[in-house]
Amino acid sequence: MESILRHLRVNGFSIRLLILMAFTSFSHAEWGLNMTESATAIGREIHGLHMTIFYICVAIAVVVFGIMLYSIIRHRKSLGAEAKPFHESTVVEIIWTTIPLLILVAMAIPATKTLVAMYDTETSDIDIKVTGYQWKWRYEYLNTDVDFFSTLTTTQDQMHGLEPKSENYLLEVDKHLIIPINKKIRFLFTAQDVIHSWWVPELAVKKDAIPGFINESWAKVEVPGIYRGQCAELCGQGHGYMPIVVEAVSEEDYQAWLITQQQAQKSANQVSKLSFDELMAQGKTSYDKNCAACHQVTGTGIPPVFPALKGSAIALGDMQKHIDIVINGKAGSAMSAFGEQLTPTELAAIITYERNAWGNDKGDSIQPAEIVSFKQAQGQ
Amino acid sequence: MTTITSEHSSAPATGIRRWLYTTNHKDIGSMYLIFSLVMLLIGGSMALLIRSELFQPGLQLMQPEFFNQMTTLHGIIMVFGAIMPAFVGMANWLIPMMVGAPDMALPRINNWSFWLLPFAFGMVLSTLFMEGGAPNFGWTFYAPLSTTYAPPSVTFFIFSVHIMGISSVMGAVNVIATIMNMRAPGMNYMKMPMFVWTWLITAFLLLAVMPVLAGVVTMMLMDIHFATSFFDAAGGGDPVMFQHIFWFFGHPEVYIMILPAFGIVSHIIPTFARKPLFGYHSMVIATSSIAFLSFIVWAHHMFTVGMPLVGELFFMYSTMLIAVPTGVKVFNWVATMFRGSMTFETPMLFSIAFVVLFTIGGLSGLMLAIAPADFQYHDTYFVVAHFHYVLVPGALFSIIAGVYFWIPKWTGVMYNESMGKFHFWLSFIGVNLTFFPMHFIGLAGMPRRIPDYALQFADFNMVASIGAFLFGLSQLIFVYNIIQCMRQRGCPASPQVWEGAEGLEWTVDSPAPYHTFQTPPNLDNLRSPTGHN
Repeated sequence: MESILRHLRVNGFSIRLLILMAFTSFSHAEWGLNMTESATAIGREIHGLHMTIFYICVAIAVVVFGIMLYSIIRHRKSLGAEAKPFHESTVVEIIWTTIPLLILVAMAIPATKTLVAMYDTETSDIDIKVTGYQWKWRYEYLNTDVDFFSTLTTTQDQMHGLEPKSENYLLEVDKHLIIPINKKIRFLFTAQDVIHSWWVPELAVKKDAIPGFINESWAKVEVPGIYRGQCAELCGQGHGYMPIVVEAVSEEDYQAWLITQQQAQKSANQVSKLSFDELMAQGKTSYDKNCAACHQVTGTGIPPVFPALKGSAIALGDMQKHIDIVINGKAGSAMSAFGEQLTPTELAAIITYERNAWGNDKGDSIQPAEIVSFKQAQGQ
Repeated sequence: MTTITSEHSSAPATGIRRWLYTTNHKDIGSMYLIFSLVMLLIGGSMALLIRSELFQPGLQLMQPEFFNQMTTLHGIIMVFGAIMPAFVGMANWLIPMMVGAPDMALPRINNWSFWLLPFAFGMVLSTLFMEGGAPNFGWTFYAPLSTTYAPPSVTFFIFSVHIMGISSVMGAVNVIATIMNMRAPGMNYMKMPMFVWTWLITAFLLLAVMPVLAGVVTMMLMDIHFATSFFDAAGGGDPVMFQHIFWFFGHPEVYIMILPAFGIVSHIIPTFARKPLFGYHSMVIATSSIAFLSFIVWAHHMFTVGMPLVGELFFMYSTMLIAVPTGVKVFNWVATMFRGSMTFETPMLFSIAFVVLFTIGGLSGLMLAIAPADFQYHDTYFVVAHFHYVLVPGALFSIIAGVYFWIPKWTGVMYNESMGKFHFWLSFIGVNLTFFPMHFIGLAGMPRRIPDYALQFADFNMVASIGAFLFGLSQLIFVYNIIQCMRQRGCPASPQVWEGAEGLEWTVDSPAPYHTFQTPPNLDNLRSPTGHN
């Protein structure tokens, strides 16, 4: 037993070293072990820094653990080793204080250079304001009319295992953030409610989006493609459900997209009259996408933080109050203002749905045109 | 060495009154240790629930809302309920015996600071049954998620943090008063055992930062109930200020949880290497340097928050500096083992694992200090891997090592050695299986604190979950071993216990009498920790 244990002891440390070595050799293979390769020059610099400091750490570990392993194997009492009672050496202490200090200085120089470059947000080609909401992103292309929300499209059924999970499970959205390649894009980050953090690993951009403040960062993407990321700051129960999808395209494609987007934006605000059944059908779709995370698909909410809509005073009460809370939100609560997030048609459909679903059966409905006039009356 | 007989002293009271009214440092130490073990099991069960949910992609066991409550409570309970009280328990048991004092300097405060804890944590756990659920904003409780958007139970959370803070401050005052005033004649500061030194420095850190924590939660309370706007930009406040204040507490807090661990390991390694600790003086200087630096590095937790460039550079450089004194400590431990005459009893195994795995956590900390790279590491599983490496095989392993090392002195009974070794190997494998893959999934892009994840992270999450169950369940062996010692099942321990053990606590009987050192011990025959007589 004793010899088996002794054998195990030695092996435990060899295994540790093997793992370390494995980490080193795999780090260039595509096994999902290492930091994502980047599509920007800054990202490649960061990756280089990461690999340098990693190799330094491995080298230190090999030396320190190597000496320790040697002692553990050779200097054991069972082999008759006798303790040498040395216990102090100022020279040695100075040496192993100085060498790490020099390594750190050598590391700090390139790190400082990269950081200075990352902070240079001057002379951008395109400015995009990114606003974090619970739990979606809003993108406004400054100096254009383009302004849209980007929301997760993975279905609740996929999350609950009722449908097979798609290839980009939890990393897919309805509208991509489209940017041209080889242009310096400046991002301006803020948030509507709580702190979020916008992170796309392949762009090497991560910045907190803070309510009431504006942060800056930039990226110049060199390779066309689709880059996916996620919110990186805990922002409530939907934190895992607000991904980011950036699509880098050629300059021509970007300009073409910008024009179609501006036209689409105009037509979305044009309203037509809908039947009750049409409102209910669209209402269910829009409700499940925008409201169900808190108020639940069944309308029962998670009281007291997220109140039930089924049988609620608002859904069964005065229509104007109902419109008001959906459009303007409720101050000091998690209920955000949906007036600017959704089109008049979506708002009318959701309100109609909430008043008639789950046995509420209020029997009334509202048309998109009435939403438009409600908003105009408020000067929106 | 002769044993110390008790005179003019009362025997312990009987029944529940002994534990409610006790002012004896050994009783209070035992209560702290048992309390922290219970909290470890509760917080560990929450970790296993989290790992069960993350075993595979999709939502299987719980809703995201409950998942967030689990991550929050797991963090709060492990930090404030398991690690910190365990160290305070050890301080209670050991500091008076190590400095040759009859008890702690302030025994009634000692009783009170323990008995606050069950109420504080009872309150925290009761939030699970409140309407709206337990706190769900992470153990770092960033505003405004923890103020405007918090569940109603946040008020109870704030009060319990206040109570924990009062308990910690009183504990710290007591440790400082004991060490400064009650050392046996002849024990000057540079003859104090390392555990006493590290705890003295820890106590000053506690005194400095627990009031800061109390301040920040009070500001939250005002924002929530009295319409102030400390952390609300709409009222002229600043959510980033919350983070600055929190981490001004939070970073020294990290060292509060590791400095006593350094002390414990600095006792165990010399004992089983049968050599004095290498570089006692440099150990004291390094510990003090780490404590000083811990006050000027806080914003490295906030590199992505949008600080100006000069702020980023300052906090990057100061953080990198911490590697120097920490490195000195590791080198000293290795030099202590070098050319020793080593044996590998359970406390030594856990201590060697501590040195190796804590160093891995320290090296990933060095990587995190590189600010440009931190933009990619921040708030990912790489960070989760980093701080679990320093807290689990770091702080927790040192506590386990310390319990095995001193439990013969506390109970008078040797623990079961082969069970201890079995416990070590299962823990060692389990802890690495759990936390090593987290480096990979973090670098590959998985954010922390998410209840569900993209498919490319599935394999390593499954490995981590299996490791977590192996690690968690193997702690039951530890619990069994402790209970056997408490029930006096096992071989009686000698006063010396370990062949190479040095220090006053080994000069008294095993188990240590209810009262020790009522007359100050004579230090003439005792080798000082510097290795000189």
